[in-house]
Parts: sequence; structure tokens; C-alpha cells
Amino acid sequence: MFLTVEGLTKAFGELEVLKDIDLEIEKGNILTIIGPSGSGKTTLLRCLNVLEMPNKGKFAFHDGVQVDFGKEPSKKEVTSLRRRSGMVFQSYNLFPHKTALENVTEGPLIVQKRPKSEVLALAENLLDKVGLADKMNLYPHQLSGGQQQRVGIARALAIEPELMLFDEPTSALDPELVGEVLKVIKDLANEGWTMVIVTHELKFAEQVSNQVIFMDEGQIVEQGPPEAVLKSPKEKRTQQFLERILNP
Amino acid sequence: MTITADMGGWELFKNSLWPMIQGGIKYTIPLTLISFTLGLALALLLAIMRLSNRKYFTIPARMLVSAVRGTPLLVQLSIVFFGLGSIGLTIDPFPSAIIAFTLNVGAYASEIIRASILSIPKGQWEASHTIGMSYWQALRRIVLPQASRVSIPPLSNTFISLVKDTSLASLILVTELFRKAQEIAARTYDFMLLYLEAALLYWIICFVLSIIQDRIERRLERHISN
Repeated sequence: MFLTVEGLTKAFGELEVLKDIDLEIEKGNILTIIGPSGSGKTTLLRCLNVLEMPNKGKFAFHDGVQVDFGKEPSKKEVTSLRRRSGMVFQSYNLFPHKTALENVTEGPLIVQKRPKSEVLALAENLLDKVGLADKMNLYPHQLSGGQQQRVGIARALAIEPELMLFDEPTSALDPELVGEVLKVIKDLANEGWTMVIVTHELKFAEQVSNQVIFMDEGQIVEQGPPEAVLKSPKEKRTQQFLERILNP
Repeated sequence: MTITADMGGWELFKNSLWPMIQGGIKYTIPLTLISFTLGLALALLLAIMRLSNRKYFTIPARMLVSAVRGTPLLVQLSIVFFGLGSIGLTIDPFPSAIIAFTLNVGAYASEIIRASILSIPKGQWEASHTIGMSYWQALRRIVLPQASRVSIPPLSNTFISLVKDTSLASLILVTELFRKAQEIAARTYDFMLLYLEAALLYWIICFVLSIIQDRIERRLERHISN
């Protein structure tokens, strides 16, 4: 097991967004999380790299590292937790004052302080992999949404994480640009990356994932292989959600 | 160049031009540049203190900003020069002026810097943290460079106001541009001409500055996010 999450709870004031979530992510597995808006799926993802601080819960990693959120973890613990995962945002969040290449090198060069020649080779390689070898020196505002998101993926990969997190990576894109981003994610899937993806793209979830989680009202309602959850869901809430999405 | 009371208007104008420009070069411009630079450093410090969530940082910063903004600059100058002087802490006119103007710029610019930091989307901080950056790394490398673009137009206004405010230093005997005008006017009684001449010189300085401001803004607009 790559990561075991136990009893994850998160509230914003009075509002309980995650209620006692248990979750297991296997190494090399691709887990997609679906569910209506407000179901807590994005919050769950953000808790995984502590962009939101969980109120309660335990993480246990494959290498024996355990974090208990019963008491607030130290800055050092948070940093080493974040070091494990790369995050791709719905709104890309590229650094607008840096070129595509600089966006990618920032993590390994400035934070990890790796040698410049090595980092440049890595970044060029990653940008080439996401199909942007010829756009390296452009600034984000000179790129299309799909291109920006691919830079976002390269930037996340550049810190060489163990786990990739995607928060609705295609939701802000024009429909004709969705494919190019999904293709990059599929490539990563084929390379054996462990990934957690929050998405509305059901067809994509079906194609790419080993495990689908349906969330509603801060709880995991149903989970299993994609054909089970997406094609023959057992729970009524899952059925209703899929019905609404497939026949709007 | 001599200046006498019976000089014709044009001659008086010409002959007093150089002393005023000298006052500008020796005092007005250095006073502005030094106070603005120190003031910006103070402003950044105050802004970061106010953005902290620790009361022992936010409260002193808020109080200083409130006190400086809530009192006239002329009163502040008088306290630093005459006030401190009267209790035995004599500071020369020029450094007194630097202290007062630095505090003033610091207080006003800290609000501008704070607002510009707050205007940077939260996603920029989050993206920085996900690639492993600490608060300070994110602030220095990601947030401040973007915030500085946002704050250039209002900071330029502060700068131009400061150029004009330095004329107040004449009251604590700094022989800057306006003090020179006053000195000559006191001898020739031609107040209208000399004060208009001083006004013209300030206007020229500020006009040049606003052209420079325009250029900087256009340069910085190049890579602003949409």
C-alpha cells in the first residue's frame, strides 16, 4: 500500500466538509474521485498535500512514515509531506512572471537546490514530454489554456514526487483543449505513476483509472473498479449522480 | 551671479534660476531619493508585519501607520527637528527631514504594498507551497515580484507627492529649492515671480518623473497574467 488514510476529518468552521474518510492508495494505482460540487472531493485532494490542514486523521506511507493530525504537524513535517506529491490545479496557477521553463525549474533549482545543468536538462525533458519543447521560453499569457495546464503538469513532475494529484485539471479548459491534457495524464498512467485525480470527465475516469471513488456530502459513498462504480453502481446516490451527468 | 532688489523681472528670473536648481540638486532630489528608498524598506517591513497573524507584529505596525497617517507632516517634521532639539537630542536639519519623510513614506507605502500583496491570487501561494517553497521563498520569488507590478502606479504617486512635500523641509532650515526661493524673495520682495518660478521647477521635475513612471508601467505590463 502506498498510502493509507484513516479517519480524515476536515471542517471549515461549523461546516464539516470531510467526515471520517478512510482511503487506501496502492502504488501505481490511479484513483479518480467523482461527485457533485460541494461533496468534499477537492478538499480531500488538498488535504493529501496539506494545502488544507486536516482536523483529524492519520496518514501512513509505504516507507513507514506516519503523520497524525490529532496535533498540528510541524513545518518540517508539512514540508516533507508536500515533497511527496505534485499538484496540478484547476486554474493552472502558473507563475505569470516566469517563462514556461522557469516555472518548471523553480522547484528543483530554488527549493531543492539541485545543480543548474541537471535541472535544465530535466525541465527540457519534461516540457518535451508534455509536447511543449518549442514553447519553453514563452510566458504563461502567451500560451493557450491547454498548454498552460501542461506546463503545470511538468512543473509538478519536476520536483520528482511519488504521487501526482490533479484537481479538476480540465474543468477550466475550452472543450477542444481537454484532449491534449488528458492525453498527457494518460501517458503518465502508462508510465506507472501513482495518481489521484478529481474529475468530471467520466469517460476519462473509466479509461484511465483502476479505482473510482464517488463522494457525496463529505463521505465516500461508493468505491471500486471503474466498470463497477460507473456502469453498475450499487448506491442510489451514485446512480442519481451518474444519471444527472449522463442525461442532463 | 548677483541678485539685487532693483533687477528687472526677466533678469531676476534668470539669475535666481541657478540657485534654485542648486537647491534642488543638493537637497530636494537627494532628500526625495534617500527618504523614498528608506521609506520603501520600512514600508515592506510594516506590510509584512501587518500580514502576520501574530499580534505582537500587527499591533505595533498598525499603531505606527495610524499615528503617521493621522498627524500632519509639518507637525512630524517639527517634532523631529525642534521637539527633539529642545530636549537635548539635536539632529541636523537634513537628517531630521530624512527621518520624518522616511516615516511618512513608510506608513503610506506600507498600505499600498500590503494591498498589492493581498491582491495576488491565493493560488500563487499554493502553487509555491506545492513545489516545496517556504513562506519567505514564496513571498520573495513569486508574490513580491507580481505585487510590485501592482504597486508601481500608486507608489509612483507617493514618490511624486514626496518630491513636492520636501518643500516643507524649508521650514526646518533645509536649503532646498523652495527655501532658496524664499531667501531670494525676502531680499527682492518679488514673491509672485519667485514662487511661480519655484512652482515651475517642481512642475518640471514631476513632469519628467511621470514620463518615467509611464515607461516603467508599460515595461512591467508585458508579462502580467490575465
